[in-house]
Amino acid sequence: MFGPLICKPGASRSNKTGPWRTEFRPKFLKKNCIACNMCLIVCPEACISSQPLALSDGKGALSGQGKNTYDFDPDYCKGCGICAAVCPKQDIEMIKEDPALQKG
Amino acid sequence: MKEFLEGSQAIAEVIKLCRPGVISAYPITPQTHIVEGLAKMCADGELDSQFVNVESEHSAASVVLGAVATGVRAYTATSSQGLFYMAEVLYNISGMRLPVIMTVAARSISAPINIWNDHQDVVSLRDAGWIQLHAEDIQEAADLHLIAYRLGEDKTMMLPVMVCMDGFILTHGVETVNMPIQEEVDKFLPAYNPPYKLDVTNPMTLGPLVDPDYYMEARFALNETHKEALALIPKITAEFAKVFGRNYNGLIEGYQLNDAERVIVAMGSVCGTIKEVVDELKKKGKKVGLLKITSLRPFPAMHIYQALKNIPKVAVIDRALSIGSFAPLSAEVKAVFFGKPKRPKAVSSFIVGLGGRDITKDSIKEIFRLLTGKEKQGEFIDLKPELLKESYE
Repeated sequence: MFGPLICKPGASRSNKTGPWRTEFRPKFLKKNCIACNMCLIVCPEACISSQPLALSDGKGALSGQGKNTYDFDPDYCKGCGICAAVCPKQDIEMIKEDPALQKG
Repeated sequence: MKEFLEGSQAIAEVIKLCRPGVISAYPITPQTHIVEGLAKMCADGELDSQFVNVESEHSAASVVLGAVATGVRAYTATSSQGLFYMAEVLYNISGMRLPVIMTVAARSISAPINIWNDHQDVVSLRDAGWIQLHAEDIQEAADLHLIAYRLGEDKTMMLPVMVCMDGFILTHGVETVNMPIQEEVDKFLPAYNPPYKLDVTNPMTLGPLVDPDYYMEARFALNETHKEALALIPKITAEFAKVFGRNYNGLIEGYQLNDAERVIVAMGSVCGTIKEVVDELKKKGKKVGLLKITSLRPFPAMHIYQALKNIPKVAVIDRALSIGSFAPLSAEVKAVFFGKPKRPKAVSSFIVGLGGRDITKDSIKEIFRLLTGKEKQGEFIDLKPELLKESYE
């Protein structure tokens, strides 16, 4: 006999955990970004991305492609603020969460 | 003084009053708030204690082992997987006869991963040589820590004590707690003055390699000391009552056992729910009762025998499994009666509340109802059969 096992992957994508967020969310100012990729690397939720994807050509992260295009996915961001703390250009701010937005 | 406190906060405050010299712990849900609270007290200078941050529970247990070995009072806390990661060190702590005091926020064991309350972690560690005391509510959890230090550090004991409180239900629940004051605690719990310790001027070895000529005696002595603890625990709780005015037996507690015909045996916070159900059913004229086990180790076999020998129907609630065998507490309670002149007609065994499944008043009523029928063996309550499958093919 078997009990419940997770046989199909993808639960962490389908379970949107953004509503667990703290009172704060990051705001990507997109002014002084140098596309260093630090915010994307340190995000514990892996919910920061850039356009074009910084690593798509294997060197984008270091060549500075995708400056000022980084943003976060509110469906998964928990508001820890590590991205804002690590940004060498102080181009990410933590702002007070709008309770109306947090519902989603 | 009465305060409205979260369980974890009450424990942190009580530990502060016990003046430990060293605290070391690694955070794990649902234990985290306790050690967070203590870390803050140390950082704010409210508590003159060395808080040692470590990289794992194995290290936390090793730090408190070392601290107590040098003659310093120490404290740690953990839960679930963290307790298992400590396991190797825990057997060493008891074997080296060091009175470490630890809180375990009782929680289920992976897999599947589950952070909620049952007793699988603590019950699995019942053979670690530690005294194990189970709390019903936050007040009792707080008080048991004072009793634990006094008991473990007694020169006839020198045993570690685990105070088990149900994860979330007691660690995160909020209750009015009668908090002791420093003068009372100092009166009840003198400074730690061990009969032996590591000391460069008077060297000794703790926990050496012993060959077959010595090992059995060390283990025999540990086992004997647990038996002696059965006599000492009520003496210490009586002294506790004198200082703090709250009465605990420390081993077992009977609730409405006089003339009871159906009795549930249980440990931990579920006893509160059972008491409520007992009160309701008593009003309807049903002869029901509860036997709460506070001390799982040492196991108060004779006290349980005396309390239950004339009860016709007994149910033992387990919140843990010994997979492939009888539920652990039920097996021990049944063993109490083997070969005895008096015994219940039936001792049924029920598994409830694994992984945080709520044990409601209805769950308890169902158990009392099932007690009117045939003896049950390891019956699961509130199981969802629709989630079970024959195979994954």
